[in-house]
Amino acid sequence: MNEVPLTHILFLSTALFFIGMYGLFTRRNLITMLMSIELMLNSVNINFVAFNKYLFPDKLDGLFFSLFIITIAAAEAAVAIAIIINLYRSHQSIDVDDATEMKF
Amino acid sequence: MNTSAIIFYAIATLILGAALLAVTSLKIFRSAIWLLFSLVGIAALYFWMQVEFIAAIQIVVYVGGIVVLIIFSIFLTQQSGKEMAKPATSKIIFSALAALLGTAFTFNLINHYGFNTLSSQPFNSSVSEIGTQMLSTTAYGFILPFEVVSMLLLAAMVGCIVIAMKPTSAEIVHLNKKED
Repeated sequence: MNEVPLTHILFLSTALFFIGMYGLFTRRNLITMLMSIELMLNSVNINFVAFNKYLFPDKLDGLFFSLFIITIAAAEAAVAIAIIINLYRSHQSIDVDDATEMKF
Repeated sequence: MNTSAIIFYAIATLILGAALLAVTSLKIFRSAIWLLFSLVGIAALYFWMQVEFIAAIQIVVYVGGIVVLIIFSIFLTQQSGKEMAKPATSKIIFSALAALLGTAFTFNLINHYGFNTLSSQPFNSSVSEIGTQMLSTTAYGFILPFEVVSMLLLAAMVGCIVIAMKPTSAEIVHLNKKED
């Protein structure tokens, strides 16, 4: 267990976060953008749990933060998918380039 | 390099490889399946860190809930076999550049910051410990965020129903009148 230093877990979560960011920048489809956001939220969860385990093993606050992040991510995904399906009904498309009515 | 380290690097390779394929695959259904593999890998990482409760939550909520929801919405909104349009080359180049620069910068920061991981207390993340602290009303209890998050879930549920509800015929008549 102690063979793997904390920094390597942080490297993993950093790489995962920036992969999600790359996806968010290149994708134009709302569902795939939502998937990229899920990847970024997961990398944050890994950070919370790793910091909790390695730096403050006598507390549990990191675990609670990741639990609440998972809950809020589930609520966010449900609302986002309801909005996406509604958008598809009115525009017949879920590309961000096609939904520009509210663009200033 | 012992077995535990080898398992960690194998899990890390799985997570990053699946995540990369999830954001670059042009077929949206395959992209969702690669996301599924990445999330399973993250659950495996939690098991490796011996936080079994979070790993179980990860599998139940993400793999069993969110990915299934995403796959359903893919089926409802488009032809899953169709390839998506390739993003413009300049966009790919600049996004990759931004992501690589950010990764390099953060790697550098982490590498130079010496984390003091010498605390030798045992890490107790059993379910009973988590449950006791989550529902405790004393100084470090999490009862208030627990209740607030239950309100949030209720609001999200009601919001989803309202958004996805079909408009009634009276509302449709009203909308048509507005357009005229």
